[in-house]
Amino acid sequence: MKNENYKQIMRFSFVMIILIILFLALCVMNINTGSVHISTKEILKILFAGPNNTEVDLGNIKIYYNIIWKIRLPRLLGAALLGGALSVSGLLLQTFFRNPIAGPFVLGISSGAKMIVGFVMLILFQYMKSISSLTLVTASFVGSLISMGLVLIFAKKVKNMSVLLIVGIMIGYICSAITNFCITFADELDIANLTNWSLGSFSGMSWSNLKIAAVIIIISFIGSMLISKPISAYQLNEEYARSMGINIKLLRCLLILISSILSATVTAFAGPISFVGIAVPHISKLIVNSSKPIITIPTTFLSGMVFCLLCDLIARTVFAPVELSLSTVTAIFGAPIVISLLVKKQRKI
Amino acid sequence: MDKIYLSADSLNVGYSNKTLIKDINFHVKKGEILSLIGPNGSGKSTILKSITKQLETIAGTVYIEGKEFSKISNKNLAKKMAVVLTDKITPEIMTCREVVSIGRYPYTGYFGKLSEKDSIIVDEAIKMVNADEIADKDFNNTSDGQKQRIMLARAICQQPEIIILDEPTSYLDIKFKIELLEILKKMSREKNITIIMSLHEVDLASKISDKIMFVKGDVISKFGSPEDICTTTNINNLYNLNNGTFNINFGSVELSGVKENPKVFILSGNGKGIPIFRYLQKQGIAFYTGLLYENDVDYQLASDLSSEVFSIPAFEDVSTDKLIACKNAILKCDKLINPSIEIKKHNTFQKELIDFAVQNNIIIENWS
Repeated sequence: MKNENYKQIMRFSFVMIILIILFLALCVMNINTGSVHISTKEILKILFAGPNNTEVDLGNIKIYYNIIWKIRLPRLLGAALLGGALSVSGLLLQTFFRNPIAGPFVLGISSGAKMIVGFVMLILFQYMKSISSLTLVTASFVGSLISMGLVLIFAKKVKNMSVLLIVGIMIGYICSAITNFCITFADELDIANLTNWSLGSFSGMSWSNLKIAAVIIIISFIGSMLISKPISAYQLNEEYARSMGINIKLLRCLLILISSILSATVTAFAGPISFVGIAVPHISKLIVNSSKPIITIPTTFLSGMVFCLLCDLIARTVFAPVELSLSTVTAIFGAPIVISLLVKKQRKI
Repeated sequence: MDKIYLSADSLNVGYSNKTLIKDINFHVKKGEILSLIGPNGSGKSTILKSITKQLETIAGTVYIEGKEFSKISNKNLAKKMAVVLTDKITPEIMTCREVVSIGRYPYTGYFGKLSEKDSIIVDEAIKMVNADEIADKDFNNTSDGQKQRIMLARAICQQPEIIILDEPTSYLDIKFKIELLEILKKMSREKNITIIMSLHEVDLASKISDKIMFVKGDVISKFGSPEDICTTTNINNLYNLNNGTFNINFGSVELSGVKENPKVFILSGNGKGIPIFRYLQKQGIAFYTGLLYENDVDYQLASDLSSEVFSIPAFEDVSTDKLIACKNAILKCDKLINPSIEIKKHNTFQKELIDFAVQNNIIIENWS
């Protein structure tokens, strides 16, 4: 037992260290690649100068200072944070539905969020110039809960997970159709904003957005860690969990709530992003070879950060100066993983 | 020791306020084994779900150690009661040991970390169900029998005072069935753990249980010790057995035999008749058999399968009446089957029957 435990902890620590190294490497790469190339030495100098610095003499790298602090840094931090959030959201949904293919995108939850955010944007842009990020998050959360509610109603009626998945995808299409319908009748200026956002991108991240996202995500992450013990019992099945004294209703509510908040935050700031929520938790469980939530939740978060940084880097650079939408990149990596999971599951039955 | 541990007082159970079974009364003492038997769909699982708080009871009360069920918090109940369910579970990437250690849930701290002591208890539970070899295997890659043992180990390491099992022997082959029941018996005798379970195997149920409950339709038709209530008639009634019978002494099920118009007489005794009874029953041939002592092994099956058994009460001498009745039956037959019965001091009457048949030109068929 001890030996086994020890091995697991060693493996977990090793994976975490590798992921942190990858994360740091990707941070540097994300900063120094792009239309303007900045050397690592200059990056460090600028980073250590801190934000809003006017005292240190930066000389000819003054322009770089703005590029890094105003554009690339918030974007990369946003990509990392939102990527982690989306992955944990997926993990919680998979726990809830006890199915590895559940995720905020395939169940139509992201699309529901997109629809409501789209509404709010179109309406509010007519009256004011900018919308506070908190309003966006709230709208997105409401949208997520609407979709989630629909999925849950169907989940009660259909026991077959594949059918439920199709229902989720259909809900997603309906929401997208409604969103597109609204776009058709919107002002041209609004459309530019909305289309860009609705394809999924981290380009809209600013420091003020980032602060709000960070607060919400960190609280939710801590929340998910706090319920990791009941989740571990819930993994067997509901009856066993109940027999061990767990308040199932409360746990189910918390799972839904936290995963919805996380995916809503992501959708509010970066639009709907596909497949991250399924692919990352799956890979994470495989690399730590465990499904213990206390191990998988942090691993999934960190892997999500790394995964999204990588995807964002690819989206920005492969066809530069043209930027790909984020979902294009994540789908290429994520969809094959979903297909393989489906095939594996079918074989078992 | 003799105090009642769990009892149900005019309990009504069912789903969403629709009562399925009314007025359930039973009680078990500490360390006793109670089995619920009855036909499929009779509500055994519903009762078990109701006494494990999986289902709300509709009326009546369950008491544990005299304390009302609803007044025990879920957390405290988890330290008293563990369950083994029929539903198969398929956890992702979990070793058998990890599944077992989930049973420590009510005892571990906020993040569920196992202490040294917890690990020892987990190991003991695994040892108790003889699952050492598979402990580090992926749970999903084990056989049904192994899975069931692991789930039992999980319940054991919850250190309960009572374990409730819903059809623990389904999916298991005979070896695992016996093994599982032996483990349960050991737990009840050595650790004084009370066990309530539903079983399909009437024969095993009557052998392992201290108390038996017959669940049939909307009532509990019988509750008591297996010696009192597990009679062949009661069990045939419980399961509505018209074709075939259940023989409680053998603990075996016999398919119905043909009984009309027998044309064969089988000389039986000393267990030699059984294979012939079975053979003829499969062929659909009716037969008489005798002349048997009622304590002969042949007697039990003979009375289930033959058209008529000619028998002598144990330790008594053969009466002339019985012998005449036998001879009359032989006269109605076309042949007499003799399964090479050895004629010794106390069965000279068998010799007499053979001679009688020969005298009356009845064909003698010798089986060996």
